[in-house]
Order: sequence, then C-alpha cells, then structure tokens
Amino acid sequence: MIVTTEKLTKRYGDRAVVDEVSLSVRRGEVYGFLGPNGAGKTTTIRMLLGLVKPTSGSARVLGEAPGTPRALLKVGSLIEGPGFYPYLSGRDNLRVHAARRGVGKTGVEAALEQVDLVGAAGEKFRRYSLGMKQRLGVAAALLGQPELLILDEPTNGLDPAGMADMRDLVRALAAQGQTVLLSSHLLGEVEEICDRVGVIAQGRLIAESTVEQLRGDSQLLIRADPLEKAHVLIEGSTVHGDALHVREKDAGVLVRVLVAADVDVREVRPLRRTLEEVFFEMTGAA
Amino acid sequence: MGSVKAELLRLWKWPATWVLIGVWLVMTLTFGYVFNYLALNGGTNTRSMSQQQLISAMQPENVGAAVVRGLPMFGGAIILVLAALAVGSGYGWGTWKTTLTAGPRRVSAMAGTLGALGIVVVLLVALTFVVNLGASITVASLEGWDWSLPGLGVFKALGASLLIAAMWTGFGVFLGVVTKGPALAVGLGLMWAIVTENLLRGVGSLLGPVESLTKVLPGGSAGNLAGAVGGSGAPGVLTDLSGTTAALFLLGYVVVFVGAATFLKVRRDLV
Ligand SMILES: Nc1ncnc2c1ncn2[C@@H]1O[C@H](COP(=O)(O)OP(=O)(O)OP(=O)(O)O)[C@@H](O)[C@H]1O
Ligand SMILES: [Mg+2]
Repeated sequence: MIVTTEKLTKRYGDRAVVDEVSLSVRRGEVYGFLGPNGAGKTTTIRMLLGLVKPTSGSARVLGEAPGTPRALLKVGSLIEGPGFYPYLSGRDNLRVHAARRGVGKTGVEAALEQVDLVGAAGEKFRRYSLGMKQRLGVAAALLGQPELLILDEPTNGLDPAGMADMRDLVRALAAQGQTVLLSSHLLGEVEEICDRVGVIAQGRLIAESTVEQLRGDSQLLIRADPLEKAHVLIEGSTVHGDALHVREKDAGVLVRVLVAADVDVREVRPLRRTLEEVFFEMTGAA
Repeated sequence: MGSVKAELLRLWKWPATWVLIGVWLVMTLTFGYVFNYLALNGGTNTRSMSQQQLISAMQPENVGAAVVRGLPMFGGAIILVLAALAVGSGYGWGTWKTTLTAGPRRVSAMAGTLGALGIVVVLLVALTFVVNLGASITVASLEGWDWSLPGLGVFKALGASLLIAAMWTGFGVFLGVVTKGPALAVGLGLMWAIVTENLLRGVGSLLGPVESLTKVLPGGSAGNLAGAVGGSGAPGVLTDLSGTTAALFLLGYVVVFVGAATFLKVRRDLV
C-alpha cells in the first residue's frame, strides 16, 4: 500500500470536514479522489502531506507518518494550484524547489522536459498562462522522481485542450508505472484516467472501488415507436418521458428484438450517468 | 542546508530585496552626507549642529556611528519591511505550501528562511558601512581634512548595528508569520517602528511607568544601543540605558520573535 488512512478526521469547530475517511492507494495505480466542491478532498490531501494535522484518525504515506522528511521526499505534490514565486522564471522556481529537495540541475531540466516547458522555462512565472503554471506545478511535483504523485484537481481552470494535455501527461506517467493520487470533481476525467476511485461527499468516503463498479451496471436509453410496444417487449425497461431505460449491455440484441417486432428504433445509446446522479444514488443509499 | 540555498536564491533574484537595500543606501547617503555637506558649504546653518559637529559626523573615523544611528528607526523599518514581505508574501503566493511539502522538516525550512534573511541583512549592514565609508572619505578629501580610517571601535558599532538589524528582522518575520500575509505585517510593523513607539515616548513624558517601558521596547532598546556606541543626531537614537542593558533586551527580542515565529510555523496548520 502506498497510502492508507484509518478513520482520518478533521474538524473545524463542530463541523467534520473530513469524517472518518479510510482509504487506500495501491502501488502503480492511478487513484481518483472524486467529490464535489467542498467535499473535503483538499483537506484530506493536506493531511496526507502534513500541512494539516488530523483531529483524529491516522494516515500512512509510503509507510511513514505524513509530513516527515522521509514521507515528503518520496512524494511529489500539487495542491490547490501551484505555489511559485511570481518574479522568478519557471526554471529558477524549479531550482529553488530542487535545492530544498536535494535534486540537482539535471533533475530540473528533466522535469521541464517531462511537462514540455523547456521553451518557456526562462520566462517569469507571473507571465505564464494558467496551463503553463499548472504544468510547472506538475514539474515541481516530479522533481526527485517521487514514488507517489499527489495532484489536487490538476485540470482546474484549464481549457479543454489544456485539460486533455494534463490527462495525457498523467496517463503517460501512469504508463511508466507512476503511482498517482488525483483528485477531481469531474467523473469523466476520473473515468478516463483512473484505475480506482474513492468517492467523497460531505467529508465521508461513500465508495471506494474500480471505475467500472462505480458506474454501476450501465443502462441503455432507447427511443422507439411505438414506445408502449417496445416497453412491453423489453423486459425490465422503465419509461422516462419519451424514452425507455434498461439495464442491458448488448444493444444489438435489443435492437434485433424490436425490429423483428416491427418497432421503429429511433435512438439507442448508453445512458451516461452524470456525477450528480451517481452521488444522489450513493448518498441516498448511504 | 539546501533550505538556506533555496531561500537565498529566491531572495537574491527578488527585485524587492534590491529596491529596499537601494532605498536604504540612498537614504543613509542623503541624510548622512549630502545634506550635511550642503549645510557645511554655505547652507544657512539653522539647525543646532555646529560646524564642528557636522565635520565630526562626516569624518571617516566616525563612520561606525554614522552606520548605527540610522538603524533604530528608518533603517530598522526598511529591514522590518523586507523580512515581513519575504515571509508574509509566501502565504499569498502559496510558496509556503510548496516549501513545507518539499521534504525538509518545518524547523529546517524556517531555519533556511531565517538564515537567508540573515545573510541578506548582514549584506545590507556591510553595504551601508562600505557606502558610508566611501562617502566620508570622499567628503574628507574634497574638503581637504586631515582624516584617518576608523579604529577598532568601529567593530563595536558594527556589532551593535547587526544586533539592531537582527531584532528588526525577527520582528518582521514574526509579523509575517502571525498575520499570514505581507500587507498587514508591513502595515503593523511600520506603524510600530515609526509611529507607535514615538507616540508612547510622548505619553511617557507625562507618565513615569510608560516612560520606563518605552526605553526597553524594541525600538527603544535599539535606539539606546545605538546611542551607547556613539550614534547621535538621528531620529530614534536614545541615551537612557547602558549599552549592555540595551543589547540584552535586543537579544531577548531576537530570541522571542524568532522563537515565536518558528513555534507558530511548526505547529500551525497551513491551509
Ligand atoms: N481552515 C478551514 N476552516 C474552516 N473550514 C474549512 C477550512 N478549510 C476548509 N474548510 C471547509 O472544509 C470543506 C472542505 O474543503 P476542501 O477544500 O477540503 O474541499 P474540496 O473537496 O477540496 O473542494 P473543492 O473541489 O472546492 O476544492 C469546505 O466546506 C471548506 O469550507
Ligand atoms: Mg480542493
């Protein structure tokens, strides 16, 4: 296990912002830490890095207590946006960070290379675009080849192209065996790049599973004419407005059944549950 | 000691460092030499300083006093601003977060910041000395005075200067950590260094206990140490305490400010 937490709790006043969270991140996986705004993701991550002390419960990072040099030197992190000196160039910012981490010049250049910032490394951080700032943050996290990379909403504020770039970067790192803990409030993002997911809402970890399991049995949406006839033909289907929903993976079989019965099939598509729906279901069930 | 190196690198390339040092050097030159020189050469000498005093103040052998007298108030204020900005701005920029997750323990990170600030402040005092010495030699040569280099006593004045500078540095660091930002830290610090203590001294002339207190407040102690090692003729310089007493109070402030700031930095959550 790379990260384990045991009933990790943080209270501000009488409000439990992180409430008995027990999660685990395994070596080599990309772990998605999924939750809406204010769910407690950043607070949990801060506790894993020793920035915030837990009110109760405990955490282990690479077998060490969070925030100790032994833990920190093996973890690279980007929490709630990059924190750099605005008047220094990207490269100088990395040099400063590298000096603290005991990493040399070659490490700095390698990190710049990895995030594709070599060309802009001499420019002042202040003048960087949001995407460049975020990539520099990842570069800083990569310094010293950490065993665990913690990225807190790394695509926050990026445009679609920037988001795609960031996801590609994480995927590339994962392909090299890098363990990543990535927080997000976007189900699509987590689905795309994560192996396992922990879902947090209002401070509580309400699910921890693979992405497949999280999405649950997929449903199909079917629009057909006449709808009533289709509804009768397809066992277990439910009517939602002018469409049917059915828990079934094989669209081909359904379409053949309907067409054979002379029903016009206008639309068949997988019904993507939104994050909201997943949450409502989970919090409702909990 | 990667922490010192890191912090020094970023302070060195910080424009604010050089702007503040530059402003201070210009101030010390202007008030220590330019105005005195002009007053000596035909300016109507309305101030109480006699010709002899002006000459003495600008003599190279008195350069130690010239360095130390500026530090209790205005020099101290500039050093305080530098320290408060250096520490306070890290909260807004998020660089404390980066620093505290880099690896070294918090005490080491804080020691790195203090060490690097210390080096910068020693440099500031050294530059003040060099610039003042250069100015005094220039004036003495222009005027054709008999002049000599300062004696060993200059080290006493420089030591006092460093102690005063260290106190203001610690004060600035403390304010930066307590207020978690540059603006309030600088505002409160300047207010204290330039306004509050002077107001209290004003009240002190009416109320005995307040008067004894003002002597040992940070600025008061600094002023008394400066006065004790020969500084005179500048705002904030006092002669109410012995040099040793003033130095002990300053040392106490350094320990308290640095200790409290480090304690808070180590113990407090960083959010
Ligand atoms: N220092 C603090 N004092 C009081 N409340 C806090 C503090 N820090 C965070 N909170 C509260 O804790 C809750 C969780 O915050 P946190 O930043 O962990 O959420 P998050 O999941 O990261 O959200 P987001 O997606 O918006 O980043 C929020 O409601 C926030 O207001
Ligand atoms: Mg967050």
